[in-house]
Amino acid sequence: MLLLGDQAIALGAINAGLSGVYAYPGTPSTEITEYIQDSKIAQQRGLHSRWCTNEKTAMEAALGLSFVGKRALVCMKHVGLNVCADCFVNSAMTGVNGGLVVLVADDPSMHSSQNEQDSRFYGKFAMVPTLEPSNQQEAYDMMDYAYELSETVNLPVLMRITTRMAHSRAVVEVGEPKEENAFHFPQNEKEWVLLPAIARRRNNVVTSQQPDLLKRAEESKFNKFFNATNHQIGILASGIAYNYLMECFPTGCKYPVLKISQYPLPKNQISKIASTCKSLLILEEGQPFIEDQVRGILPLNIPIMGKLSGELPRTGELNTDLVKKALGLPCQECFAPCEDVTPRPPALCQGCGHRSVFEALNLILKDYAHAKVFGDIGCYTLGALPPYRALSSCVDMGASITMAKGAADGGLFPAIAVIGDSTFTHSGMTGLLDAVNENSPITIVISDNLTTAMTGGQDSAGTNKFEAICRGIGVPEEHIRVVIPTPNNMDEIIRIIREEIEYKGVSVIIPRRECIQTASRHAKERAAKTTPANN
Amino acid sequence: MKSDIILCGVGGQGILSIATIIGEAAMNEGLYIKQAEVHGMSQRGGDVQSNLRISSQPISSDLIPLGQADVIISMEPMEALRYLPFLSKNGWIITSSVPFVNIANYPDIEKLKADFAKLSNVIFLDIDQLAKSNQIPRSANMILLGAAQKALGLDLDKLITAIHTVFKHKGKTVVDANICALKIGVDHAK
Repeated sequence: MLLLGDQAIALGAINAGLSGVYAYPGTPSTEITEYIQDSKIAQQRGLHSRWCTNEKTAMEAALGLSFVGKRALVCMKHVGLNVCADCFVNSAMTGVNGGLVVLVADDPSMHSSQNEQDSRFYGKFAMVPTLEPSNQQEAYDMMDYAYELSETVNLPVLMRITTRMAHSRAVVEVGEPKEENAFHFPQNEKEWVLLPAIARRRNNVVTSQQPDLLKRAEESKFNKFFNATNHQIGILASGIAYNYLMECFPTGCKYPVLKISQYPLPKNQISKIASTCKSLLILEEGQPFIEDQVRGILPLNIPIMGKLSGELPRTGELNTDLVKKALGLPCQECFAPCEDVTPRPPALCQGCGHRSVFEALNLILKDYAHAKVFGDIGCYTLGALPPYRALSSCVDMGASITMAKGAADGGLFPAIAVIGDSTFTHSGMTGLLDAVNENSPITIVISDNLTTAMTGGQDSAGTNKFEAICRGIGVPEEHIRVVIPTPNNMDEIIRIIREEIEYKGVSVIIPRRECIQTASRHAKERAAKTTPANN
Repeated sequence: MKSDIILCGVGGQGILSIATIIGEAAMNEGLYIKQAEVHGMSQRGGDVQSNLRISSQPISSDLIPLGQADVIISMEPMEALRYLPFLSKNGWIITSSVPFVNIANYPDIEKLKADFAKLSNVIFLDIDQLAKSNQIPRSANMILLGAAQKALGLDLDKLITAIHTVFKHKGKTVVDANICALKIGVDHAK
């Protein structure tokens, strides 16, 4: 089957006897959950696959499913792991009952993200086994292995992939689906109550498990040593960096290679290759996670080349050409970049409701000397680019509201937050409560397009509930204003925003119109239903 | 057999369906495939590309190294030039000639034409006009694929079979329009 890396992981999980996936959409991890939602076998088995409100609720629900003995998967992009870090780290303290795999897709080069954080650090931090597949087949094969490992060592397993692994297709050989686990409670049920006395005991257990986890990594079939004749360089290559290395040597690498796909780092294997080679080259996608550990602080016997020593760039994705340079191999002769080509940044779609929102804001805010608009994560972040240049910040999910509040605390007026519907339910509601409790003079625009648009139009957890949520949190009824954001409704939008800016308390404006991408998809689906294909 | 292909254009122009047809045809020939795609933010009217690699030997990297692409298939002329450093010295560019202007500083088309004139292997086709005049306005991308067929080194029959498989669920009209488009492309590449 020709599968995206994400799809290979999804199918690998289903075939390993998965009982449920929990996730919030985030590039490049979204397609894992979508594959399970569309999978026939998953539907027949009634596997949980609905989108969650955020990564924290997803992680906690997955841990709950594990508690009753079932195999659970939780998927997210790298910054999502920050959102659920509390539960993730503590899930190593509770341990698991049914196998639990935490799949995190990192985005080096930041194709669709606001940082390049490397999730392998979290695996080490939480003291759990971490896997990093190097190709789609291995990603598929690793899922069954990951669930077996999780249940054997009684810990969640972190699986880390990067963008090219997630969003590249290859042919994958697949097997048959296993049965799901039977419902059963953990043997050590009381250990799940992380009161200090119990947590201390569990901390000792997990800490004492580390040599065993190391031994498993040393012996893992995914950490492979390939010997070769030329011992000038020994190479450590993790995850997809291994592919770029192999691309440099179509007939086989002339240097000894240790391929690393399971952590904790296999120290003995690394010592072994280092002892037979004159230098080490470390190839890893992301931050210098392996290199930092191999270097330590004290001087080593042999030179180490990698991201810290400058042979490879510290930031951005790896590729074959960068690996060639690090190896001192010549790159293919190539054309110079064409000077007439100009950048073509992404933009809000023509006809998108967010456009009317930014147009109105820009018009109104001309009248205020110090107005600032705090942005958030979603399509509408593109309002920061020309022609609007309307945003002063974009930091993390929900930060628009709380940053506007903090700035208002410091005297900013008007302080405006622009947040999408899905981002608001993800992490904006708690910030709204803070603002309501202090009656902060801020104006919040929840630009509601009825979907999670940026990641491709997934269901949004709060659809049809926003007025009720805002009322429930305590925003006065008369300051919850709904408006239709279309170009011919500009007068009303402008009037309402002006009124609410002048109100010295929390107000919420909800411009509501369906995303034009999902609207046209829904129209096509309706048309397809009424006129069946003529084959 | 090895063919490294860069498919490019602007988000929403349908480069992934070209990739799907090539992928299907390559699968049927028992070739190895790797296809790296762009999802997420850049799809919104920005430049998009997909690296498609097919080979009779196993493929390591998901990405095509510099100077190694055999073919660039582009739905937009400036986008074709964006990936020039990846094109092999003997490689082919098959591109739509119609600019997609959604940025203020889009270069003068004459300048772009001059850039293409410096290259030896270029097929420059007004696929939108061809699609319209043949009453298949929605199949412009398959005209482009047809024009690339020879450069790709894939049999026409295999591509036709792939169109049958991929578009079957959309009905005979859609299949026929796409095959018609493919053949128009083949003819114009001669």
